[in-house]
Amino acid sequence: MRRLLAFALLIGLLSPAPSLAVQPDEMLLNPVQEARARALSRELRCMVCQNESIDDSEAPLAHDLRVLVRERIKAGDSDAQIVDFLVARYGEFVLLKPRLSWRTAVLWGLPPVLLLVGGALVLVGLTRRNRALSGEDAKLSPVEEKRVANILSEGSGS
Amino acid sequence: MIPELGHYALMLALGLALIQGTMPIVGTRTNDPVLMSMAAPTALAQFFFVAIAFASLAICYITSDFSVLNVFENSNSHMPFIYRLTSMWGNHEGSMLLWVSILAFFGALVAAFGTNLPVVLKANALAVQAWIAAAFHLFILTTSNPFVRIAQAPFEGQDLNPILQDPGLAFHPPMLYLGYVGFSIAFSFAIAALLEGRIDAAWARWVRPWVLGAWMCLTLGIAGGSYWAYYELGWGGFWFWDPVENASLMPWLAGTALLHSAVVMEKRGALKVWTILLAILTFSLSLIGTFLVRSGLLTSVHAFATDPTRGIFILAILVVFIGGALALFGWRAPLLKQGGLFAPISREGALVFNNLFLTTACATVFVGTLYPLALEALSGEKISVGPPFFNSTFGPLFVPLLVVMPFGPLMGWKRGDLLGAAQRLMAAALLGALATAAAFAIEQGGPALAPFGAGIAVFVMAGAVTDIAERTLFTRVPFRASLQRAIGLPRSAWGTAFAHFGIGATLLGIVAVTAWGSERIAEVKIGDSLDIAHYRLTLDGLFNREGPNYRDMVGRFTVRRMNGEYIGVMEPSRRSFPDRNMTTTEAALMTRGVSQLYLSLGDPGPNDQVAVRLYFKPHVLLIWLGAAIMFAGGALSLSDRRLRVGAPRPAKARAVLQAAE
Repeated sequence: MRRLLAFALLIGLLSPAPSLAVQPDEMLLNPVQEARARALSRELRCMVCQNESIDDSEAPLAHDLRVLVRERIKAGDSDAQIVDFLVARYGEFVLLKPRLSWRTAVLWGLPPVLLLVGGALVLVGLTRRNRALSGEDAKLSPVEEKRVANILSEGSGS
Repeated sequence: MIPELGHYALMLALGLALIQGTMPIVGTRTNDPVLMSMAAPTALAQFFFVAIAFASLAICYITSDFSVLNVFENSNSHMPFIYRLTSMWGNHEGSMLLWVSILAFFGALVAAFGTNLPVVLKANALAVQAWIAAAFHLFILTTSNPFVRIAQAPFEGQDLNPILQDPGLAFHPPMLYLGYVGFSIAFSFAIAALLEGRIDAAWARWVRPWVLGAWMCLTLGIAGGSYWAYYELGWGGFWFWDPVENASLMPWLAGTALLHSAVVMEKRGALKVWTILLAILTFSLSLIGTFLVRSGLLTSVHAFATDPTRGIFILAILVVFIGGALALFGWRAPLLKQGGLFAPISREGALVFNNLFLTTACATVFVGTLYPLALEALSGEKISVGPPFFNSTFGPLFVPLLVVMPFGPLMGWKRGDLLGAAQRLMAAALLGALATAAAFAIEQGGPALAPFGAGIAVFVMAGAVTDIAERTLFTRVPFRASLQRAIGLPRSAWGTAFAHFGIGATLLGIVAVTAWGSERIAEVKIGDSLDIAHYRLTLDGLFNREGPNYRDMVGRFTVRRMNGEYIGVMEPSRRSFPDRNMTTTEAALMTRGVSQLYLSLGDPGPNDQVAVRLYFKPHVLLIWLGAAIMFAGGALSLSDRRLRVGAPRPAKARAVLQAAE
């Protein structure tokens, strides 16, 4: 069964029994608050699932968290307060987008650093190589000049 | 008898792979033409025996031979024929056999049709191909043997996971593997070039069709998997940034970069070392992709440890092939001569830009996928890296790539005219701006940046059309002359335009469906109606329906326009499989143009109520249509005479081409 599950994952299927995650009775009546809850839910991980947000998961834990998020919203908490509350309770693991810190510096820093270093390398390499190659091309050795002269004179002779 | 035959054939294939992996190499070292010429026949023989092994397992599955453990665990005689066959690769052992069969098939293709290859290059490349094959044969025979018997054969097999009982399983894994394994040819040729210490533009010409073919299969494989997840999962997501999806996206990104750098190498003799490195990296990522999924490493670090023999073997293969290849690269690459001058603003420059951004995007996916594992292994801390991370890093990397894309094909080799290209793209840019304005005007809500995304998508598509219009001198010469130029254009030029157009279409679909899709979640009773976009759906009834090995609880909905005009019926269902005690959601989809209505059922509640999820997915089909257009572009390029034959093109075509430049 675990192997099958792994294969289901290979093909991009996340949960073996997909269904409705957000239940109609969970939803808030105020559409603005409900939209906030949905947006927040997409950033929060269902900790017992594989890489699923609580918005997508139908696990009981995800249901509890969805209800919790909506309760905090109704109580008047801001989004940041709710996230802080959940991190304090469940740890950084609950965030699908990890916060920038020393532990995640490599994760967040790699793309821009790679782009800058790669771009710089390309530019430097390109100019250096072009200079070197064009310098070589421009100057012919005495032997080569003689050959050119020979070829040219042959060409005009025939 | 048949499973033993397959088992024995696989052992013979291993033996042949060992011969194929050593003798030709010895031949190239001692300059012995006889040993070198052993490569092709052994490759063909190896494929023959692997094919026997594959066919044996297929026969076991088709005839439901439950004395074979693998068949017993993954099949069931009640399943329809097609799923009895495809369940063969719906498990670890069978999918590995499929992988190695495709590998041997490609090796045989090189052996049979690579008649115009230099003898040394062909011998070395087939030998490297055989090393990979030997490693996999050994892996299957020692840790994942699909031919193991059960002493007392059970009467009936266990079932196949209901989610996998879908045409998607027939199509998706083989396409994905054709892509992964196709890149092994580029890898083998790269290693062969390094062994020989010699490489030239002709190398790129031999390798490019393979890369192109692999890329096409991978494109279609990923798109097929995405569509499968979309209709099967019950809520219409098309991409989840799941580690397993990322595993297939990484070789695609690296392969796309390889495809473009190989063009520079073929036409201009530049970027040789980089192309070799990309060929190695692309196949390495394919290997990592295969194994990340197979080893269970992704589920958690602990799952990997529960089956140590397999995990260690996998790790050893990765270390030997990737580490070995990179070491060889570090040692031999300085020997390769660089060539080809070009200015930063040129076709080459644009392709280098493409490579820089694609490889950075690939590295981003790589680090995002593996960082949580590495952190947990090193410090024990657990973090999650999910879709929000990838959306906020991958997006910014792709925007510049897409904006620059239309400029590339309009740029000249060596030294390009940026201003001229910009002028020729004026019309395309204007269309893009119009699309942005229209999106702002029509669509309410959605992220503020979405209209710009739509604008870029239209710019990319219009840019691809501009490329063809420029090459055919459209509007500048009479229409008939333009048409003739269009026919005379090299197929690869059409291929580029198609593939770039396809990217634009896919992007437009993604932007539209994520920004402007709408959703309704509600409990409905019979007779209730739900409104979405310009449609009204009414629940007419709920009933049961029997299938071959399942039972459906069906909800029948009538779809009407807001003015009451009848459009059709949608019948989503909850499907329960008694053999497994499992329930799946079978969503109903109704296509309107390239948009779709998507309806799925939840559990029935009290008083004949049922929860439903209803979506309107605007332009969603463009996502996969775009991939199909990319595939068509690849096919057009592949049919280009110059690539296929590797022969000089006829004088007439050359005249047309020069005129068009």
